[in-house]
Amino acid sequence: MTTESGADSEAKQPRENKETEKEKGKAKAAAAAAAAEPASPQNQPEQFPAAAGHSTPARKEQEQQEVDQVSHRSSISRLSRSPLKGVKKTKIMECKVALLDGSDFTLNLEKRARGHVLFDKICEHLNLLEKDYFGITCRDVENQKNWIDPGKELKKQIRTGPWNFAFNVKFYPPDPAQLTEDITRYYLCLQLRDDVVSGRLPCSFATHTVLGSYAVQSELGDYDPEELGSDYISELRFAPNQTKELEEKVMELHKTYKGMTPAEAEIHFLENAKKLSMYGVDLHHAKDSEGVEIMLGVCSSGLLIYRDRLRINRFAWPKILKISYKRNNFYIKIRPGEFEQFESTIGFKLPNHRAAKRLWKVCVEHHTFFRLVSPESQPKKFLSLGSKFRYSGRTQAQSRRASSMINRLAPLVERSSSKRYNMSLSLDGAPIAENHETPMKDSAAAGAAKILTKGDLITTVTTEKKAEEEKAEQEDAPTDAAETQEPTTPLRHDTKTKDEPPASEETKEEVEPKTTKAAEYLVKYVGDSVATDLASSSGLHGISPSTTMDDDVFMDGTLREVDEVAEREEIKVSPGAVRQEVYQAISDKKGTLIILKEADDKVDAEGKETGAAGEEEEPALRGEAEGGENEAVMGVEIWSPKMEANGVTQIKGTDSPKKAMASWISEVVKTEATEVVGASTKASDAPQPGEEVQTEQSKSGPSQITPPESSTTSLAVSTLGWVPSSEKGPPEPEEKVVVATETEAAPAESTGPTGCDVVEVGTKEVPVVHTETKTITYESAEVETNGDVDPGVLLSAQTITSETTSTTTTTHITKTVKGGISETRIEKRIVITGDTDIDHDQALAQAIKEAKEQHPDMSVTKVVVHKETEITPEEGED
Amino acid sequence: MANMCPYGRFTHAVVRGVPETFGKAAGDDCEKGETSVDLAKAQRQFGCLTGALRQKVGLQLIEIPADPELPESWRIEDVAVIQGDTALITRPFKQQRRGEVEAVRKVVSELNLTVVEMGDSGGATLEGCDVLFTGREFFVGISSHTNHRGAEVLADTFKDFAVSTVPVCGGARLRNICSMGGPQTIIISNSEGAKKTLRMMEQLTDHHYEVLTVPEDLAANCIYIKGPSKLDFLLHRPAEECPESVSAFQKLQDYTLLPTACSEASKLGGSLSSLCLLVNRKLTYF
Repeated sequence: MTTESGADSEAKQPRENKETEKEKGKAKAAAAAAAAEPASPQNQPEQFPAAAGHSTPARKEQEQQEVDQVSHRSSISRLSRSPLKGVKKTKIMECKVALLDGSDFTLNLEKRARGHVLFDKICEHLNLLEKDYFGITCRDVENQKNWIDPGKELKKQIRTGPWNFAFNVKFYPPDPAQLTEDITRYYLCLQLRDDVVSGRLPCSFATHTVLGSYAVQSELGDYDPEELGSDYISELRFAPNQTKELEEKVMELHKTYKGMTPAEAEIHFLENAKKLSMYGVDLHHAKDSEGVEIMLGVCSSGLLIYRDRLRINRFAWPKILKISYKRNNFYIKIRPGEFEQFESTIGFKLPNHRAAKRLWKVCVEHHTFFRLVSPESQPKKFLSLGSKFRYSGRTQAQSRRASSMINRLAPLVERSSSKRYNMSLSLDGAPIAENHETPMKDSAAAGAAKILTKGDLITTVTTEKKAEEEKAEQEDAPTDAAETQEPTTPLRHDTKTKDEPPASEETKEEVEPKTTKAAEYLVKYVGDSVATDLASSSGLHGISPSTTMDDDVFMDGTLREVDEVAEREEIKVSPGAVRQEVYQAISDKKGTLIILKEADDKVDAEGKETGAAGEEEEPALRGEAEGGENEAVMGVEIWSPKMEANGVTQIKGTDSPKKAMASWISEVVKTEATEVVGASTKASDAPQPGEEVQTEQSKSGPSQITPPESSTTSLAVSTLGWVPSSEKGPPEPEEKVVVATETEAAPAESTGPTGCDVVEVGTKEVPVVHTETKTITYESAEVETNGDVDPGVLLSAQTITSETTSTTTTTHITKTVKGGISETRIEKRIVITGDTDIDHDQALAQAIKEAKEQHPDMSVTKVVVHKETEITPEEGED
Repeated sequence: MANMCPYGRFTHAVVRGVPETFGKAAGDDCEKGETSVDLAKAQRQFGCLTGALRQKVGLQLIEIPADPELPESWRIEDVAVIQGDTALITRPFKQQRRGEVEAVRKVVSELNLTVVEMGDSGGATLEGCDVLFTGREFFVGISSHTNHRGAEVLADTFKDFAVSTVPVCGGARLRNICSMGGPQTIIISNSEGAKKTLRMMEQLTDHHYEVLTVPEDLAANCIYIKGPSKLDFLLHRPAEECPESVSAFQKLQDYTLLPTACSEASKLGGSLSSLCLLVNRKLTYF
């Protein structure tokens, strides 16, 4: 990866390049590339920090170190060479990259360029932002495919021959619907079409038909006999052995898709393809300890062992404690099972040392990408025996977070007719057998090889690092949460209302009878209810590997939770569907309406812990969530006092859904122009039992109290704040954008599972006025719980208005009696008006803080943030 | 996937009558040798099962006439594995049973299924009662009657799905110790052997299943169907045959439970699912 020194040296390149080009008069071949070339050095430094932003400080240090070493080395060589060759002779290499649509992309690179330079250029050429799923391969002398290490120089990774590469999918997302952009899905589709045609992804006739028909729809559009003719289909490839019968069936289906857009067709394609058992499985030939020919398949969930076509074993990542290789042997150390006492090590024989190393690298990368929150740092030891190789890209979690920030109109996808699938296979469409050994040639081989050949055992030890990892993760997690600005709703705390006798768990808050005060401002969390569903099925216990076997040796709780959820989503329809909608909505950039539902099964114990631990104790919470059978628990309770301290609500939750949500939120927020021009309007927060969805369009009246809830305190704050991207370090409270906060004290009885709903209405564009309004609602579950019950009897209601320079606060207090318990609900609407000069975040934070101070004993159950922004051309912020 | 709808949607059932030679061939099986079976009762029970499938569940029933020459032909499950639009005609372990496939082959091709023959490739043998299809993947029990090669042929036939092999302990057959009880529910017996098999299944799967354990081996073989009426039906052994397990089935919410006796077939190692092949001719694409 780039460093200062790297950047320096690159900075010189353009000049050199130009000269060289002149000299060589290569203009013709280089034409396309040359255009891109000069730009790159400038782009580079800019892009890199962004990419690196995800990594932890420790990680950066290491990179630094590594780079320093490298640059040191190279400078020496430069010195020694320079007298002979002179500076001007910087070599330019022509690179030819086979793209997924079968076309070639040619560009010139400086010979010492590192892998990421090439990769970034390709992605730029492809207009691809979600690039973490992709990689570059090149074939080695044995015609094995090796992944180019982005951090290493290309020339070291290509021993001989021309600089030919291929652009491929490296990590197949288990749920392609979660990709943010259509264009990413388009490239994934292309890769899968190649996988299918080449036989790497085996499927039945019926599946060939279905996949083929969506591919045709995506590539050619609606069936149109006049334009397409009757034989159009035989020009396309769908299967390794394409028959007339298959083509007819494909055509039959194709006719039924009239009106389906290419992007939709691709989603259908992927939804089908992802279910195939070999989807995303990278196969490697090996022999087991008895010499029986087997295949090792590396995929997102772990390592699969096949004998012939049969799956004979499977090791989910959490089951694997250690991955290592030595000469041509590959070992995995397995965590002892439920009924075993000792860990066991299983060895496999690979055809040769390089194959073993390739497999090892693929495993390291897949594990890191799919299971970790952030990449592991490289081993620090200077003289260590093992390979220093670690996956250095973003993990899936990071990638998702980053792509949720993508802020551009969906790019036009040029779906070129895929040459590759017409007629013959491209070079890349390697025969199955070959592909089964996906080579991972190590670029580092040169240095490392010596050591290796001595038979040193190279290992990646995951377990041992656990402690560190966890710590790091924990550190990470709060950051993320903060960054993402997710509101958390403590369920427990909500429960304490003054009016009611504290429940057993109630910790600190004193309840004074009949005093209506909002105790704490809690911000709500968003999550999926998935887990709850599962957990509640009584009488049955689940097999899911992830549930039963995952102990998190490898991964941090957060990630794990994420994974779990993701997995579940695939299974459980509704939450997934909801999420999909959300994604789609976001990607469509239409008025976005997001409904997320979350159910928590919190146990009192958790609540207590939270209380005891103090607000910020994520670890404790996380631990609980993980440990319990309810991995589904998504709500994390946080004591509000802490949050108050920060002035803004902090989101502590670590669950993935929350995270995901958080990123959505931030994404949405991001999309808006930061300037606040108009007065912000109030979002109506009428919770509805069940799922609460609210599309509040700026309602200007003071917020209403919804009947279903018993007395509550609500606080609505409107603001236009903006929140910087999430990749930076510790969260700054002020960055959160909370627009409206509604506090609600829930009756003590509602201790049961609660769901949180968040509704976002994002980014509306009003063409004429050029304003954007956005509303985010954070709501605690109590609402629902109470919602469908008896609304209670209204005791009193009052409205108070106060103003400061930039904010107007309207407070609406209602008291109701319901089932013998009286509830007070305060709803505050805070309007913050101003232009950019005002720090809205600050104002908002202040408003919230004040509200909290005023009602120290109530909890915040709902926060609705509504932003209205006028877009002016000059606005520089995004 | 065209083929990947949740488990349980069926439109047709193929059955084969109980011949008067019922139980005669059991002599080959030394373990079953002495059991005396009641032919009339077996036929009555068969009638009850088919009646339930047709009238309660609402499937179209195709009954192949009994053939006295083929005493075990009522175990129709063994001779074909049907998933989606494909039927794999198997190669049963016992030579004398191989004749059973002909009539079945004819019926499935009349149902417009794509017929794949296992044939004699590499000594492959496989019987349907060693195959558990969950809607998302196959588990094949490697047993006395089903070998690795047979499982491979199955994997080649149903390429969309993972095909995992699992050990079956104690001479049992996979379907004798487990069956599907819903789109993501596996009903499995509580015996030690079954637990071992279950652990292996848990290890091998990528998916999540609920597991319903029943105390009696016999009870673990059920037939789950989401009929044309979209209701969940579960045919299971009645309280007289499995007194301790019936309560377990009550846990399945909103199911229509159909207790179906199967004591005679059971004596010969068969069970409810042995008696029918389920087919879905209404494949939905999405």
